[in-house]
Amino acid sequence: MESNNGRSNDGQPTGGGLSSRTFSRRWVLGAGATTLLATGLTACGSDDGPGGSGGTIDAFVYGDDAVKVQQAAVERFNKSAAGKSAKGKVKLVRIPGADYTSKLRTAMGSPSAPDVFFNWGGGSIKAYQEAKQLVDLTDTIEGDPVLKSGFLPSVLAAGELGGRNYGIPMRGMQPVILFYNKSVFAEHKLQPPTTWDQLQDINAKLKKAKITPFALGGADTWTELMWLEYLVDRIGGPEVFAKIQEGDASAWGDPAVLKAAETVKELIDDGAFGSKFSSVSYVNGGAPAVFAKGKAAMHLMGSWEYSTQLGKFPSFAKNNLGWCAFPTVEGGTGDIRNVVGNPTNYWSVNTRASNKDAAIAFLKDCASETYAKALVANGDIPTTSNAAKLLDASPNPEFAKFQYGMVEKAPSFTLSWDQALGADIATPMLTEINKLFVGKSSPSQFVSALKELK
Amino acid sequence: MPGVLFFAFFAVVPMGLAFYLSFTSWDGLGDPTPVGLDNWRKLIDDDRMVQSLWLTVLLTAASWVFQTVIALLLGVWAAGRQRNRAVLSAIFFVPFLLSSTAIALLFYALLDPNFGIIRENILGSSSGAFLAIVFVGGWQFIPFHTLIYQGGARQIPEVLYQAAAIDGAGRYRQFFSITLPQLRHTVTTSTVLMVVGSLTYFETVLILTKGGPGTDTAILPYLMYEAGFKSYDFGYASAIASFLVLVATGLSLILVRLTGFGGMRSTREGM
Repeated sequence: MESNNGRSNDGQPTGGGLSSRTFSRRWVLGAGATTLLATGLTACGSDDGPGGSGGTIDAFVYGDDAVKVQQAAVERFNKSAAGKSAKGKVKLVRIPGADYTSKLRTAMGSPSAPDVFFNWGGGSIKAYQEAKQLVDLTDTIEGDPVLKSGFLPSVLAAGELGGRNYGIPMRGMQPVILFYNKSVFAEHKLQPPTTWDQLQDINAKLKKAKITPFALGGADTWTELMWLEYLVDRIGGPEVFAKIQEGDASAWGDPAVLKAAETVKELIDDGAFGSKFSSVSYVNGGAPAVFAKGKAAMHLMGSWEYSTQLGKFPSFAKNNLGWCAFPTVEGGTGDIRNVVGNPTNYWSVNTRASNKDAAIAFLKDCASETYAKALVANGDIPTTSNAAKLLDASPNPEFAKFQYGMVEKAPSFTLSWDQALGADIATPMLTEINKLFVGKSSPSQFVSALKELK
Repeated sequence: MPGVLFFAFFAVVPMGLAFYLSFTSWDGLGDPTPVGLDNWRKLIDDDRMVQSLWLTVLLTAASWVFQTVIALLLGVWAAGRQRNRAVLSAIFFVPFLLSSTAIALLFYALLDPNFGIIRENILGSSSGAFLAIVFVGGWQFIPFHTLIYQGGARQIPEVLYQAAAIDGAGRYRQFFSITLPQLRHTVTTSTVLMVVGSLTYFETVLILTKGGPGTDTAILPYLMYEAGFKSYDFGYASAIASFLVLVATGLSLILVRLTGFGGMRSTREGM
């Protein structure tokens, strides 16, 4: 998920985006790699002592700018009564974004695996769950009122595997939002679209004015994935992908997938993304710049687009950046309130953790108001159920409240496909999506190729 | 002896391990599960392998033509004794000293459709992406091959040229009748290095195109990386790796055969 490669919101992946996307897509562009503290996997000391008490807890975390919130939590925990009574100190190991998923995989396969680690939930941890490396936290959450009612239900649910919880939400929400350039819209007397017909009407007007309707960083496939995620939801509802996520590859044959692929092809043929989108990158700031400079009027992107623009084009972010939900598609069954993206990131606990009690005590801090306030101060929107009242303190309360309301009211929140599926399926899926976008496969070839993914 | 030990420990053992892994299924966690020939069957049936092999061959051939022609001419020119040639050669050698990653990042920036020097959809089109990879590879490695040809050209005895000049041969005639034939072993050496180099060509593809658009620049080493570090299918990745070793070894042997094992013999025989 390089998709993961870029979104710690992944991506490199994955949002990963990693890699490839894969992962965090919360790149503050231009801010180079975050300082690496000793990344090597040398810094691990999980001794396999069965249920021993005491000892250091190594926590692997995605090393972007948001890591300061976790750093503060670690310092707080290590001094706290809870930390002292569990006789454990947490040590944060920051791993630079693009390397996160492969580093984690390597470490988890070695004797020096982390005790606690950052992830995207769903498919991103499936392999670890299958290898029995994850502590099932379902009963812990059920038995603890703070955890049980502390988070938005859709967010807890989005990270589940087979109806069980293996993670505690620990970062801000990252829904995918349709951003638009207010001054371009005002100049051409346009309103944000709520239906596909309106959107096509806007596209026609923009093209007359020689403006590309949508910025798209097609060099990073996860940006293209977002279009399919929303189109499939709006055309066929969230059930279509839910089936695929449960392992039913034939569900790719649902008519909604074909219709979504055909819609993508129409958009491309129609010039909705311009003619060069396949060499434009999101990660290096290309697509955000095209959008900020008014060369493109809209941009479908994760909520981190706001921080990206604030870093690169602050006056645009403050004055001209508008946002709205992805429009409905005529004849489609998907609710306009449905959301796709990354609900948040999670902490999971390794079954071999030397001090599980301390690890779980540390995780509980993520539901605290102090933790939520730190996220808000950093411009993130916590996924705790009482976060609404904290949002006035956000650097941009209006945007914060829009996002929170969007997720809170969402009938369904579909996890980014490349995170929801295991890497073995997500990787070829992203390749097929890229082929569809660059015209190397037709919508029907795209569907047949996806049905083969098992 | 120490050489043999080092080679065994750092090359033969890992190769053997990769070969062993190619008969297992392993996602990097727990222990590898033996699956017999599954990965090798998959390799034979995989449409992407066919495309990837073809791309690899095409890239090797295109790189060879591009690099050999330029490096040979430059190398012969640089073999001259004039002082300015030494200075120019030294400057020209600089690209080879940079890391492949840095070079790829540099060209990635130069080719950006909105902010680069060439504002076209190059990396997003199949032929453009392919040519960009050939060009960037050439830009980096031509200096190295130039150096090899310069060394080769300097070995050619001056008397041959003096004799040819007396017989009335002009510069072109001298180049085609003396320089080229005398450089044939240098060409072999340089070609083997280029071919093996093309088979392990990876960073540039990763940074410039990630194998795209679609799968149109996914050469074998990239496919191996994707299988191993994106899909976490280390068994299949090891099968691709083992296959690459076989291809590279086979190609080197063929090249050496075709050109005779005379690489070690003096070209001055019979003088």
